[in-house]
Amino acid sequence: MDYILRAENVTKQYAGHKALDNVSLSVPKGSIYGLLGPNGAGKTSFIRILNQITAPDGGTIELLGQALNKKHIRNIGYLPEERGLYKKMKVGEQAMYLTQLKGLSRVDAAKRLKYWFEKFGIESWWDKKVEALSKGMAQKVQFITTVLHEPELLIFDEPFSGFDPINANLLKNEILELRDKGATVIFSTHNMSSVEEICDDIALINKSKIVVEGNIDTIRKRYAPDIYEIIFEGEFTNPDLAMTSDYEILQTTPLNGETSIRLKQLNDNFSANDLIKFLLPKGELKSFRQIIPSMNSVFISLVEENDQPVNN
Amino acid sequence: MNRTSIIIRREYLSRVKKKTFIIMTILGPILFAALMIVPIWLAQIKDTEEKTIAILDDSFLFVDQFEDSEYLKYEYLQSMDVDAALELMKQNDFYAVLYIPNNIVSTGRSSAMMYSYKQPGLAVQMELLNHMEKYITDAKLQIKGEELGVEKEALRNVIKAVETNVDIKTRIINDNGEQKSTSTEIAMIIGYIAGFLIYMFVFMYGSQVMRGVIEEKSNRIVEIIVSSVRPFKLMMGKIIGIALVGLTQFILWIILTFGIVTAAQFILLDDIKGFQQSPQMEQLISSNAQVGNSPIQDQFSGKIENALNALSSINFPLLIGAFLFYFLFGYLLYAGMFAAVGAAVDNEADTQQFMLPISLPLVLGLIVMFSVINSPESSLAWWFSIIPFTSPIVMMVRIPFGVPVIDLVLSFSVLILSFIFMVWLSGKIYRIGILMYGKKVSYKELWKWIRYKN
Repeated sequence: MDYILRAENVTKQYAGHKALDNVSLSVPKGSIYGLLGPNGAGKTSFIRILNQITAPDGGTIELLGQALNKKHIRNIGYLPEERGLYKKMKVGEQAMYLTQLKGLSRVDAAKRLKYWFEKFGIESWWDKKVEALSKGMAQKVQFITTVLHEPELLIFDEPFSGFDPINANLLKNEILELRDKGATVIFSTHNMSSVEEICDDIALINKSKIVVEGNIDTIRKRYAPDIYEIIFEGEFTNPDLAMTSDYEILQTTPLNGETSIRLKQLNDNFSANDLIKFLLPKGELKSFRQIIPSMNSVFISLVEENDQPVNN
Repeated sequence: MNRTSIIIRREYLSRVKKKTFIIMTILGPILFAALMIVPIWLAQIKDTEEKTIAILDDSFLFVDQFEDSEYLKYEYLQSMDVDAALELMKQNDFYAVLYIPNNIVSTGRSSAMMYSYKQPGLAVQMELLNHMEKYITDAKLQIKGEELGVEKEALRNVIKAVETNVDIKTRIINDNGEQKSTSTEIAMIIGYIAGFLIYMFVFMYGSQVMRGVIEEKSNRIVEIIVSSVRPFKLMMGKIIGIALVGLTQFILWIILTFGIVTAAQFILLDDIKGFQQSPQMEQLISSNAQVGNSPIQDQFSGKIENALNALSSINFPLLIGAFLFYFLFGYLLYAGMFAAVGAAVDNEADTQQFMLPISLPLVLGLIVMFSVINSPESSLAWWFSIIPFTSPIVMMVRIPFGVPVIDLVLSFSVLILSFIFMVWLSGKIYRIGILMYGKKVSYKELWKWIRYKN
């Protein structure tokens, strides 16, 4: 696979604590990559290193096939969690300023801003002062200045915090559109529902360490706790199944003439096929599926698991 | 355009376009010009109100000796006590009652008493005084002359002959044996003004740097910017941008003040001759002429001449050059510290605890400046004009008195090196501080930040 970003054994130490402990991850080109973790896990520290706001104490980072260097500033668009604008400056001037700082010429900046302002239908804001904008309006401006220089890598730190549902949806669609145009998006969050909706790959950071990294579906399956849902025609009661020690019945729910049953596999040698063979003679089988846990439950269980040995 | 210049541009334009900047830039010169023009203008306005002054003369020396002038009339009262005279003043609407006691001539320091409802103007007092001094001198000469058996006029001539007026003029001899007239007063004034301006500039624009940093921090825009620009560049861009704002304001102030003063002189004062012929000046000169000879006048014009000579003896290219240097580098040295303080706090109210290391040396410089004016050769003056935190203020006071080149070179180099060191140190604090929110920072914490590698 083609990776836009590779980090290897990145370490960052602040007085008193380790912010990043041997963090290694690879972001596939053209993907939406979720950087997950509880508050204080080290997400922002890592992102600040990518943006060269701080430097790592150890490890290597490669962006677009080259060791991270000053020229890469042009290739990254960053929307930080703590974001704002100069209140007294006019929207247009400010957007021009921020874009020029990314290395665009005045002419280019003006041309592209015009396109985005029209796209969002906010041309009339150009001469307004930022203090006259609502929070949502200001965030649209921030979003535009983040993506305007068409960077290969976009980094959003908690992008949906503070967005109302309409703007959050708009933002989500824009992010997907940018991905479709070839950009790679890293976004950091502790909000799992947004991760499932748009992320292709994730890395879960907890206590400065990577807990798990990879394709989101693979991860969810890997952490599926082997629970199956079976639906039979008609009313079923537990004794009817006369379960063996290979399975445990968690729940039986009669519903509209059907019965839904949740089973947990106890014996690793007993496969789903064995289960189906065992179930078929018992009645009219309507449905059989493995329950894949939500990212949220994977996240919580992994973080809890990860926390336990450290609780000393 | 490189990134630092983009930042400088924004910092400069956003401030220069502010209403407060424009108002300050226009109001400043009007205020300065008013300070220069108004007193002269007021002096020029003639008091055209007719006043009557009642004279109660117990000495009987001055009967009918006061001559009415255009606006000042005199009325002689019969002998009466002062209370009765004041009663009369009330009834007749006199401007004042001048009571002359009968011992006015015999006492060494003669004094009469003037009663009025309002504080009498200087012009009125001067006119009365001129009359009285003239006649008392005359009366004394008459009495002494009679005692000694000498003619009054002969006596007057003797006095004129022995009257002495000593003045020390200063001349500086340089290494080539050339001599120059100098004036301690002029050197003092120039040094004082230059030192004080630098003090003001550092404080005014230094705190603008600090407020700018706090603004960026509290607006939460700073992280967006430092993802494109290194924090050090952002800090330097801000410092340089604001320095340019200061220079712009300073230059505009000088040009505008000069323009307004010139225009005002033209409109209000006819011309500069008109000022010299203003009634008070005339009075001053004529009064001097009346009292004996005119040595005071000689001394007066002598002083002006001396001052002009002294002005021409001051090395203006050096003075202006040094002023610009200290003006700029004094600010630059402190601006980094102001930026670091701004970065270490979340809002302006928290800056107090870190302001001491900035304001203490500045105020100390100002205090030392006053002592240096009196003794520019002292070792105190030397040390404080080399120590970078006070040198911009203190050295400016020394320069008009003459400073060895080696001292200047030393002071300049120490200041430049300290500026570089200070900016480097401040940059380290700044870089960490701008991304640190909601934390009460201590000096110990700042020290930790300085030691962070990256």
